[in-house]
Amino acid sequence: MMAREVYLDNSSTTPMHPEVLKEMQTLLERKYGNPSSLHRLGNDAERTLSSSRQLLAEQLGVKSGEIYFTSGGTESNNMALAGIARRNYRRGKHLLTSKIEHPSVLEPLKKLEVEGFQVTYLEPDRNGLLDPFQLAETVTPKTILVSVMHVNNEIGTIQPIAEIAAAIKRKNPQTIVHVDAVQSFTRLPLSPREQGIDVLSISAHKFHGPKGTGALYIRGGILVEPLLAGGEQEKGLRAGTENTPGIAAMALAARLNSENRKEKTAQSKIFKEKMLSSIETAHPWAQINGPRKAEGVPNILNISFPGLKGEIILHALEEHNIFVSTGSACHSRKNKPSHVLEAIGAEKAALDGAIRMSFSCMNTTEEIEYAASKIPQVISELKAFMS
Amino acid sequence: MPLLLIRYGEIALKGKNRPFFEKKLHKNIRNTLKGLEPFQVTFEKGRFFISITSENISQAQERLQKVFGIISISRAARVSLDLQEICIEALQLLKDNYKPGMTFKVNTHRSNKSFHLTSPKINSTIGAYVLDSELDIQVDVHNPQLLLTVEIRNKGAYLYAEEAAGPGGLPVGVNGKGILLLSGGLDSPVAGWMALKRGIELEALYFHSPPFTGEGSVNKAVDLCKVLATYGGTLYFHLAPFTELQKQIRLNCPESLMITLMRRAMLRVAEKLAYQRKAGVLFTGESLGQVSSQTLENLAATNEVASLPILRPLIGFDKEEIIDRARKIESYDISIRPFEDCCTLFVPPHPATRPSLAELQEAENMIPLKELEESCLGNIETIKILPRGGER
Repeated sequence: MMAREVYLDNSSTTPMHPEVLKEMQTLLERKYGNPSSLHRLGNDAERTLSSSRQLLAEQLGVKSGEIYFTSGGTESNNMALAGIARRNYRRGKHLLTSKIEHPSVLEPLKKLEVEGFQVTYLEPDRNGLLDPFQLAETVTPKTILVSVMHVNNEIGTIQPIAEIAAAIKRKNPQTIVHVDAVQSFTRLPLSPREQGIDVLSISAHKFHGPKGTGALYIRGGILVEPLLAGGEQEKGLRAGTENTPGIAAMALAARLNSENRKEKTAQSKIFKEKMLSSIETAHPWAQINGPRKAEGVPNILNISFPGLKGEIILHALEEHNIFVSTGSACHSRKNKPSHVLEAIGAEKAALDGAIRMSFSCMNTTEEIEYAASKIPQVISELKAFMS
Repeated sequence: MPLLLIRYGEIALKGKNRPFFEKKLHKNIRNTLKGLEPFQVTFEKGRFFISITSENISQAQERLQKVFGIISISRAARVSLDLQEICIEALQLLKDNYKPGMTFKVNTHRSNKSFHLTSPKINSTIGAYVLDSELDIQVDVHNPQLLLTVEIRNKGAYLYAEEAAGPGGLPVGVNGKGILLLSGGLDSPVAGWMALKRGIELEALYFHSPPFTGEGSVNKAVDLCKVLATYGGTLYFHLAPFTELQKQIRLNCPESLMITLMRRAMLRVAEKLAYQRKAGVLFTGESLGQVSSQTLENLAATNEVASLPILRPLIGFDKEEIIDRARKIESYDISIRPFEDCCTLFVPPHPATRPSLAELQEAENMIPLKELEESCLGNIETIKILPRGGER
């Protein structure tokens, strides 16, 4: 058994980068001031806040005034959808999204439907891909907002967001394009201006930053209604004392995780291929969910063992200190099959027997080799006994 | 210090056993109040009195409402056996609960017959005194909005205006010890609660099948025990490893018999544990006909393996009734957490509803049952679960 845990659940959350952790600790200890305070401690915190905003803006190639700090991906998505829909309904009440979005997109949309908005949910193909032209066809003069995730958290599909944005804008230049980039930010190149993205959500704990911190990019000129009533923070769009240590840690994590992107991607690719080839050699009956190598991100691998139960595989691997997930962690506690796998047409047995492995740059070759040799073994043991 | 007056019921009826029952209840009351010191529990014929600080009184009352044997709990005031003082206190109590135009009634119990006035006389004296005050208030002997109770006892007079119901039943421990076969489901915690209610001291036995069931399932069972411990006090939780037994049954025995064979194995282990722990009875959450493994034949097949009585308090309950009770005792939200447990793991598509004993015994002969069960029993891990929070 490996002494240390082999953590292959990085799409759920990531461990903090040691440097980020250190930075955050220092800030928590020393820079505890409230950025709104008028004294020196307040000013210090305010400077930290604005330099973090600047750093994050540079990562995205946008203006620092277009970055708003939130409590994470869920809040960013809620603010983008509900905030924009409620503020812009006079232009129309039609919203557009896909069936494989994260619950933090789908649930606010459901609420908006109750409030009188019409929402169209587009179906992806078997690999989870959306067709930009099909999307654009659904856009009407009344479509105020389209929300599409960049990388799917369960199966790793990368949407062609630039093409999607362009197709939508050709049909209706007024339509606002929101991208949930929670899984992709720092891992894939992102430049909202070039790609035609108007609003973009990110979350720190998905890229080795702390939990409870995120951000929303809102292109200048777009009107958003705040979700929370309170103080004047974030230009009145997000009341509540800023989480300065978390925000600074997020900005640092963003910079660190974006460095050497090519090498990291190449390494992830090797991990995924190693894992895949060792599983497929031992168990040719295993099924990959979502895109094969090229179209998906290299750090997510979703694979089904029909006849076995995902939860049982998960616990069996846990015995060997290997940590994976069934579907996505957000709904793996409900005994409900994944809506993403359902939407891409997975069969019942594949739904029940799915596990997801997600890698990060903090995994080592040694860990992956260990896991790649252990997982097929565990599957063989379970198969002998369960099906 | 403020005072809680506790009335207890059924136990007052039990002739010679009474002092034993009262002692147990006294101990259970003291245990449940641990952590709310300083307090004092005194006992006087048919009542317990608890004096406790005003900051802890609400919490104490909440906890006492889960102590079996208690019929009701009242916040009471105590004064000396002096009519004038009683009247003043009565007026104060009415003022504390006053709404203009309200109706009231005084109800006196005089267990201290040496007090110079009879109960009706005391009622009317207090009534007259109150009506004489500036309060806008009327007597209504049939449907009073406020019932003021006065108890004239040897050590003083007690007055109270409200009564919170206790859970009834018998003090935990007066009827010996039992082992509860706990699953993660809705039924068994309710069965355990009913056992506690009849004065049984419980220990819980939970079978887990690592790696097929994860830590989440064990935590769920522990959390259910914590709920039971708030009613029954400290409780021992026995975690029995079931993987090998389950594997052997799965690999060597007919699939349709699997559930019944597993239950038989569990009950055999449970009975052995009961002897070790000096328990005299087994409890399960089974009811009749709820699922196909709960036919009369299947119950008979499980009964056959143990000589200790197997009690099934839910036998006459509908699922709805079980759910209602589970909500009331607050086990429901824990029970519905979706973790696999070892019974839901390999449910065969068509479990046998009428297995014969011969069939079952034949199947059991195909595996080294005795060794497997011994090893399961020998590897039980025991955790002590305390009513509030702690475990060790």
